[in-house]
Amino acid sequence: MNHISPVIYQFLVKWLTNFRLFPPEASKIAPQMDALFFFILLVSLVGLTAVVLLVVSFSILYNRRRHPVAVQVEGSTLLEATWTIIPLGLFLMMFVWGALIYFRVYTPPPNAMNIYVVGKQWMWKVEHSGGQHEINALHVPAGRAVQLTLISEDVFHSLSIPAFRVKREAIPGRYTTVWFEATTPGTYHLFCSQYCGTNHSQMTGDVVVMTPEDYRKWLAGSTSGASLAQNGERLFASLSCNACHNARPDARGPSLAGVYGSRLTLANGQAITVDEAYLRQAILNPSQHVIQGYAPIMPTYQGEISEEGVIALVEFIKQLDSNYRIQQTLNTTELPPENEGNAAPAAPAAKGRATHAPAPRPPASQGTTPPGNASQGKVKP
Amino acid sequence: MSSHTIVSLPDQSTARIPKRNYLTEENGLLSWLLTSDHKRIAILYLISITFFFFIGGALAGLIRLELLTPQSDLMAADTYNKVFTMHGIIMIFLFLVPSVPATLGNFFLPMMIGARDLALPRINLFSWYLYMAGGILALYAMITGGVDTGWTFTTPLSTHYVNTNVITTGMAIFIAGFSSIFTGLNFIVTIHKLRAPGMTWFRLPLFVWAHYAASILMVLGTPVLAIALVLVALERIAGIGVFDPAKGGDPLLFQHLFWFYSHPAVYIMILPGMGVISEVISTFSRKRVFGYTAVAFSSVAIAVFGFFVWAHHMFIMGISNYTVLVFSLLTMLVAVPSAIKIFNWTFTLYKGSITFETPMLYAFGFMGLFTIGGMTGVFLGTAGTDIHLTETYFIVAHFHFVMVGGMLMAFLSGIHFWWPKITGRMYPERLSQLAAVITFVGFNFTFFPQFILGTLGMPRRYASYPPEFQILNVFSTAGATILGVGYLLPVLYLTWSLKYGAIAGNNPWQATGLEWQTQSPPLTENFTVMPVMDHEAYDYEWLERQTLASQSEANLSQAKQEQALGKEKEVPRAG
Repeated sequence: MNHISPVIYQFLVKWLTNFRLFPPEASKIAPQMDALFFFILLVSLVGLTAVVLLVVSFSILYNRRRHPVAVQVEGSTLLEATWTIIPLGLFLMMFVWGALIYFRVYTPPPNAMNIYVVGKQWMWKVEHSGGQHEINALHVPAGRAVQLTLISEDVFHSLSIPAFRVKREAIPGRYTTVWFEATTPGTYHLFCSQYCGTNHSQMTGDVVVMTPEDYRKWLAGSTSGASLAQNGERLFASLSCNACHNARPDARGPSLAGVYGSRLTLANGQAITVDEAYLRQAILNPSQHVIQGYAPIMPTYQGEISEEGVIALVEFIKQLDSNYRIQQTLNTTELPPENEGNAAPAAPAAKGRATHAPAPRPPASQGTTPPGNASQGKVKP
Repeated sequence: MSSHTIVSLPDQSTARIPKRNYLTEENGLLSWLLTSDHKRIAILYLISITFFFFIGGALAGLIRLELLTPQSDLMAADTYNKVFTMHGIIMIFLFLVPSVPATLGNFFLPMMIGARDLALPRINLFSWYLYMAGGILALYAMITGGVDTGWTFTTPLSTHYVNTNVITTGMAIFIAGFSSIFTGLNFIVTIHKLRAPGMTWFRLPLFVWAHYAASILMVLGTPVLAIALVLVALERIAGIGVFDPAKGGDPLLFQHLFWFYSHPAVYIMILPGMGVISEVISTFSRKRVFGYTAVAFSSVAIAVFGFFVWAHHMFIMGISNYTVLVFSLLTMLVAVPSAIKIFNWTFTLYKGSITFETPMLYAFGFMGLFTIGGMTGVFLGTAGTDIHLTETYFIVAHFHFVMVGGMLMAFLSGIHFWWPKITGRMYPERLSQLAAVITFVGFNFTFFPQFILGTLGMPRRYASYPPEFQILNVFSTAGATILGVGYLLPVLYLTWSLKYGAIAGNNPWQATGLEWQTQSPPLTENFTVMPVMDHEAYDYEWLERQTLASQSEANLSQAKQEQALGKEKEVPRAG
């Protein structure tokens, strides 16, 4: 073949050696979704075969040569009912089955470990809670539920991991979530599947599933020195959030300790549960989210903080269970702003948090994410 | 003529195209551009949509060429994005939406109900001018830089992040949209008001029912698209912030508005095609459509349910899980009437007397491909499997099976079915049967591999892709070349037939519709006397009685001779 046509030869070699009809199953949900997929496929094939068989056999039995005069048959209520009810029943089965799987994919278990993913034209930025930062790659451990919290900085993107059978849209201005539990270590495709402009097809990467030990090693080797929450704490101080949210008797803003997960009443009387989405909105668009009893004096931070910065702040507030450290840093905000970065990590770790508090060191030496630049925070006057 | 065909042509040595018909009524370019004859407007539409189809087809060819290799090497990524965007916009708004309604519907809907014209003939002409204005504006936008938002115009990409001709293209679609609103309005009024005496609702051909359902969708859905496009333009020009989250807007709102039209739009496209299939299958199996009322009501059911399934395009976009539940259920319900239609067409064949002329071959192709397209729609309507399959080539394949495998097959079936009536001439039968087979084979070769690509996870709208997907893409591109031949052939032999085709006579297929009971090509006023409908639709016994009566009036032996010699005679050239 090679001497006849090298192109055809290459094609045949590729076809025979590198041909797949079905993607690998690398997550817990994948076999469940595939079971439904094959059920629908089976029903489709049976339906298609039925139609084709009927058309072919009628064409043979009743073609003009064999059956020159048509017999007029008016229709049959019984048959109409049959081919209404049977497809309807099958479709309803698929609906229920599909809904169950859908709810499973988008309802993370409470113990899932959270990873933030920010989509922007044209890359995926991944923020681990330990402060590890990746671009167009996602490292996850096998055998552990992982929740992805997605947001977009610009247009719609969609995070697709075919081997896990999960996909979720990353939307500007709103968090969305999806979760999976990877089962088989290996490297899999990560795609942006929502058309997002010029380099849409370059917005791809690898999902690396690792054994728990390898994952621990990877985490330790990729840390930037400060966790996401610690970055948030620095940002909190540098944006002077602590000037109001400090739980002092004369504080102008509400205390944020333990606020995550609590129920609050807004100024307009609406009762809400504080979640990531609310915290994000309250930072970026505070006048619409004022808590009852407080004046709408907080300035908006829309355009002042990047999505990663907001994520760091949200993570900080989520883990905040006392105002001790905020009040400590408050004393240092009278210092010139340039020194704020140093103040936060120097403070003693609050109890019950920060599993691996880093040794204080100057920000310039802190790996790839120096606290000031990473969050692109600007100091409010 | 052997017994496996029903084609009955007049004696070619004596037959002539009637001197007076809608084509010869007036001459000159102006007589066409200022006509209010629904048949001439249909011809204007036919020429223009064919033109746009081949532009859209050429763009599709470019897409397939680029995807031959995993790298983005034929054109720059931006160019590729523009090409698939324009392919989608041209094919959907300038070809699929007007294809059957504006050509075959325009031509035959009045004739089928026994009317002289549509109720609003000048509005009909105006709608063609709107269509052309929209089409030319779209071409202008394409030539002066194109647009790269995808045919879905997703915000905020379309409002804030691209620098291409979004507003011009949006305006083109806005204008073309009004053309389809006017066509729909015209059809609704015509069907209500201009039915011939005795033409009750349940004597209407199913083609008319399908158009009625599609017209309702056009009139109710298209304005919402117009609104969505205006909002996009305002957001781009003035930054009003309806869709901008930074200004408190909701980017998902655009998709709700867009799909509120664009989902029903697929029924606007497919319903008239289904109408064609009902006519063709009945004619070539010599039988009344099985379960006439079920088929008629399933069209209406599709139109009604079709309006309440739009959010199934957004299952993974962070809408509430319970919304997904409702829309998934409704999507399952809309699948049922389509299944009903398929089974009814199948059972129309039962105890029929079937022949396999070209229109019937295309109709069989439609049934197979539409069944596959419909069933793969169920994969996507099922919320669970949609997560994995949406936004991949599975969607691309599903959509093309329904729209190209379904709609385009139906359009070609209809064109071949009514060509003798439109032009008064037959096309070469063997060649056209060959074209039907080539189209079917090429189509499957092109789009079936895309189902597998989608299942493997290849996202759509990718200019480059991981190398392991190449084999299937090569198959797909190879198939597209076969498909291209399949589409080019009809253009050639149909054009040829305009001059050299055999004279068709009034009713070459022995079909029952009122449009066949008059001369070919028809008179401008369609009927010399107003027809009275005194029988049910698809009443072949009535047709037989009619034929017998007219035969006894005429010279009986002459008629027999005509039938016996029919095809062997040399094809004469009519004056």
